[in-house]
Amino acid sequence: MTTETSLLAGEETLHHTMKNYHQVLRRRLIWIGVLLVAIIASLILDFTLGPAGLSLDTLWNTLLSPDSVDAGTRVIVWDIRLPYALMALVVGLSLGLAGAEMQTILNNPLASPFTLGVSSAAAFGAALAIILGVGIPGIPDQWLISANAFVFALFAALMLDAVTRWTQVSSAGVVLFGIALVFTFNALVSMMQFIASEDTLQGLVFWTMGSLARASWEKLGVLTVALAILVPFSMMSSWKLTALRLGEDRAVSFGIDVRRLRLTTLLRISILSALAVAFVGPIGFIGLVAPHIARMMFGEDHRFYLPASALVGALVLSLASVASKNLLPGVIIPVGIVTSLIGVPFFLSIILRHRGTV
Amino acid sequence: METGLTLRGFSAGYPKHKVIENLNVAPLPRGEITVLLGPNGCGKSTLLRALAGLNKGQGEMWLNGEDLMTQPFARRAKNVVYLPQSLPAGVHLHVLESIIVAQRASGGLHSASSEAEIMHLLEQLGIAHLAMRYLDQLSGGQKQLVGLAQSLIRRPKLLLLDEPLSALDLNYQFHVMDLVRRVTAQRNIVTVVVVHDINIALRHAQHALMLKQGALVAEGQPDKVITPATLAKVYGVNGRIEHCSRGIPQVMIDGLTGPALV
Repeated sequence: MTTETSLLAGEETLHHTMKNYHQVLRRRLIWIGVLLVAIIASLILDFTLGPAGLSLDTLWNTLLSPDSVDAGTRVIVWDIRLPYALMALVVGLSLGLAGAEMQTILNNPLASPFTLGVSSAAAFGAALAIILGVGIPGIPDQWLISANAFVFALFAALMLDAVTRWTQVSSAGVVLFGIALVFTFNALVSMMQFIASEDTLQGLVFWTMGSLARASWEKLGVLTVALAILVPFSMMSSWKLTALRLGEDRAVSFGIDVRRLRLTTLLRISILSALAVAFVGPIGFIGLVAPHIARMMFGEDHRFYLPASALVGALVLSLASVASKNLLPGVIIPVGIVTSLIGVPFFLSIILRHRGTV
Repeated sequence: METGLTLRGFSAGYPKHKVIENLNVAPLPRGEITVLLGPNGCGKSTLLRALAGLNKGQGEMWLNGEDLMTQPFARRAKNVVYLPQSLPAGVHLHVLESIIVAQRASGGLHSASSEAEIMHLLEQLGIAHLAMRYLDQLSGGQKQLVGLAQSLIRRPKLLLLDEPLSALDLNYQFHVMDLVRRVTAQRNIVTVVVVHDINIALRHAQHALMLKQGALVAEGQPDKVITPATLAKVYGVNGRIEHCSRGIPQVMIDGLTGPALV
């Protein structure tokens, strides 16, 4: 082959590969669009399905002109259905995003707020408020449980970070520490349950089930604002987080301040997962399952992976919310039970897929 | 202005145990490959990581008239690229994406011309056909080549390669060293490579540093550094330097000078 023909062949390969790459990027954008449509469809299902069936017409009328329908329908739509369905969305977004970032910075596919003790710590915080009435001074009563859960969840997440940085253990070591946190806080919650009165025990058990029934417009507002503030920071870090997947040494060699990246990312994760758990209770496996689905569909270019994981989290939780209202006629099962039931087989499949690397 | 890489009183290692202590190296020339030689555990990787800023180092490190030790890390990283021995497993990125990331994460911009540069580099390395494969689908050797592409795309002034040939077959070892030599000369940069194969050092490098227990034993042209005396002193082997019919020096090992070290 002459030099000229080999150059032409090279040009052709370049053109072909770049075309392929841009096609992959376009396909990912289309999938993001598909996820958005699926979320809207799931939201509409979530609005309309429930123990008191509502037609789309009634729903639409109640949303557009609340005064034209009776007070009962208005309450169902505006005070129950809407915050409930939207809460599923924002909690799913938060846990999906937090899970994806956590798996990246800890370099472990089993990392999630639920598996590393953040949810258990939140449960202990809630238990202190429910059973002993212990809480942060100055916090209004209706926020006491959430505030306590938030503080403890944040504490657990920061402990994970401290262990990562100070002891310089491997990512497997951090996961083991997270599991130790789960057992510790679960034991403390059990102790609380042991000393609780019958009434408070019931409240605590229900709290630890994780339910969207705790949704309110105020909580929705707080979590939405947190997401609106933090998501841009996550997206700005997307190249750096992707580089971290190539190994810490390589990321450092790219000039990335990995310690700072870890700390700021963990802070975002802590706030999002702690708020989500504080507001609706522990909802298992969203933070674990969503990143895995997103990774399979989008790869690990974090410009796509992070938003995709958040959207998958929102979709899965929204679908779980629909299922929780329709599995047993007339009964709303706490959504945390539904997600855990979906999550267990998924969790096992992850372990089997990652044999040797986990 | 002094060009190349100069080390003065350079130390690296752990707070209580310095692996490299008070190392002084005359300017390592630009446009040439310097190989870092020495037995296992002599501090080659520790020195390379300290030069890259991954491990703590002390002393002076002058690159083309600038003391990199006094520069903020991000600025230093623009000039220095370090290639570790291996890529982590379980990474869901295409080869092409992983190189774009190397470019973007270190502040570079992505454009049509940078895309062409990446593809040209992949072609030079013989892995253009793997561009859309996931990193996890590659062999160890192919991953090393991708790592090299990630390093070269960033156009450093100091290129530090830690055993870049360890997973490559004979053909690729030759090919990669030849490419690194061309890139080093074309870009007029300082390249330091850790290799274990003495014959590779003799054949491809223009400069050599030989370490033993963190101290510099010999420095200069490879055929002046790699001698029966230094082989005996540093590696504990009886070696001869023979020249093949084409005049290329080869090391022949006749045996150990004493009992095995292990």
